[in-house]
Amino acid sequence: MTAIRVEDLRKSYGAHEALRGVSFEIGEGEVFGLLGPNGAGKTTTVEILEGYRRRDGGTVQVLGADPASAGSRWRAQIGIVLQSSSLYPNLTVAEHLSVFGGYYPKPRPVDEVIDLVGLGEKRDVRVKSLSGGQQRRLDLGLALVGDPELIFLDEPTTGFDPAARRAAWSTIRDLRSLGKTILLTTHYLDEAEQLSDRVAVLREGRIVTIGAPAELIGATSETEIRYRRDGELVVLRTSEPTRVLHELTAQALAEGRDLEGLEVRRQTLEELYLALTAAEQEQ
Amino acid sequence: MKLFAHELRVEQKLFWRNREAAFFTFALPIVFFLIFGSVYGDSTIKEGARRVRGAAYLEAGMIGYGIASTAFAGLAITLVIRRESGILKRVRGTPLPPAVYLSAVLGSTVIVFAIQTVLIIVLGHVLYDVRWPTVPLSVVLLLLLGAAAFAALGLAITTAVRSAEGSSAVVNAVYLPMAIISGTFFSPTSYPHFLRVVADLLPLTYFTKLARDVILHGKEIWADPGAITWVACWGAIGLAVAIARFRWEPREG
Ligand SMILES: Nc1ncnc2c1ncn2[C@@H]1O[C@H](COP(=O)(O)OP(=O)(O)O)[C@@H](O)[C@H]1O
Ligand SMILES: [Mg+2]
Repeated sequence: MTAIRVEDLRKSYGAHEALRGVSFEIGEGEVFGLLGPNGAGKTTTVEILEGYRRRDGGTVQVLGADPASAGSRWRAQIGIVLQSSSLYPNLTVAEHLSVFGGYYPKPRPVDEVIDLVGLGEKRDVRVKSLSGGQQRRLDLGLALVGDPELIFLDEPTTGFDPAARRAAWSTIRDLRSLGKTILLTTHYLDEAEQLSDRVAVLREGRIVTIGAPAELIGATSETEIRYRRDGELVVLRTSEPTRVLHELTAQALAEGRDLEGLEVRRQTLEELYLALTAAEQEQ
Repeated sequence: MKLFAHELRVEQKLFWRNREAAFFTFALPIVFFLIFGSVYGDSTIKEGARRVRGAAYLEAGMIGYGIASTAFAGLAITLVIRRESGILKRVRGTPLPPAVYLSAVLGSTVIVFAIQTVLIIVLGHVLYDVRWPTVPLSVVLLLLLGAAAFAALGLAITTAVRSAEGSSAVVNAVYLPMAIISGTFFSPTSYPHFLRVVADLLPLTYFTKLARDVILHGKEIWADPGAITWVACWGAIGLAVAIARFRWEPREG
């Protein structure tokens, strides 16, 4: 079953084309990472899928409905973490969850959600006394309190310290094991790689590559061979590393030379990502 | 209905817990009633051709000031802050229907205004010996008419405010002069001509006049359909602006 289907999605702000034909599908129970630098169009895409923004073109189906016209029953099945936090300063963590839980037909118990997002010690603390990271965790809790099938997370860990990021990752993995469908945006590559079943890289309103993290590396990357010859760095890229390396070493041995500083390595997803997203600066 | 009751409770909790806002919108009209009441409560005041006791005159005026402060200013500032902090956007993303949400917000405003009015009337009776209102149905209708019209204007003015920081500045700049020009504090009989011309346009002038007729003089509210029409027309204008331009999302994002 498909949870989300997006075809040729387009959106302009005035003369600026923010989305120029974006297409992808997300299966039920899948964690899908939308990765891209600032301004790539991640938030625009996600907010169209959440029903906040109108699209200019293309078709969009989210849980079988068009978000532009879907009603309360549809909203009860989705959970949203917006890019920026928004809470009532004078309400406590537990009060927030019971306020927002009250909007849903079958809310999860407040304390269960508090445990899930790791705010147990802050249960009765007002939001204005929480740290930014704790507020962000409460944002996540509010997205989960209605027990949704589909969860949108727009940069859920931006600004977190490494420990808080790991904690959030483990919460997201828990959700995945509960069978939830998750669409996550991030500009952290390791986050997309760690959490997602599939990743799409978005750049200037277009998807430049899409697939499982391992596939992306396998499909596009070449092996890099580096060594020094007379002090000069030589870099070879090849999709046939075994043959090239064999030839190289055979020749060096025959000539009685050493391959100084020899390194053989695969391109990482990070380098792929940088290469894909750096193209915009060169244009 | 269950959702409405839930949100009404939430709104009440939010209102009373925000002490600063509760002070300015709820308590300040009562405080002013006590201060000005002790200044000119016992003197007589010209109201048109009539002469009335200061305390009684002021009591109706402070109910008018109260409606401007709770339904108009308080509501507008709260909604702008919620909009700019992204709370309205978040609420929009839940299954709570927007109409239920807004009705509960307005319902909560009516509750606050009703408590405030009752307190002003009780204090007026106990401290300044103002007589009890004699037309309870008209008092209720007066409160509902005022709350509806000024809340609509409150919704309308949110569309003119761009930032949470600017909200109290803009709203106060509108409602304080309005409260003074409309004669909620002092009788406008002695105001210069141009101020009286302005006063004759403002909805609060007519609301305050209705409040005096109903509460001081024991007239039924429908005895002055002209004033009701003025208040209702301003409310309708506010509603039209709100429907056309009310936004749920902050300026950025
Ligand atoms: N409401 C808006 N009005 C005008 N331009 C916008 C608006 N939202 C986003 N943009 C522009 O559209 C592009 C994509 O933005 P966004 O979707 O927020 O990207 P991302 O979330 O990937 O950082 C950016 O160039 C941004 O400046
Ligand atoms: Mg974004």
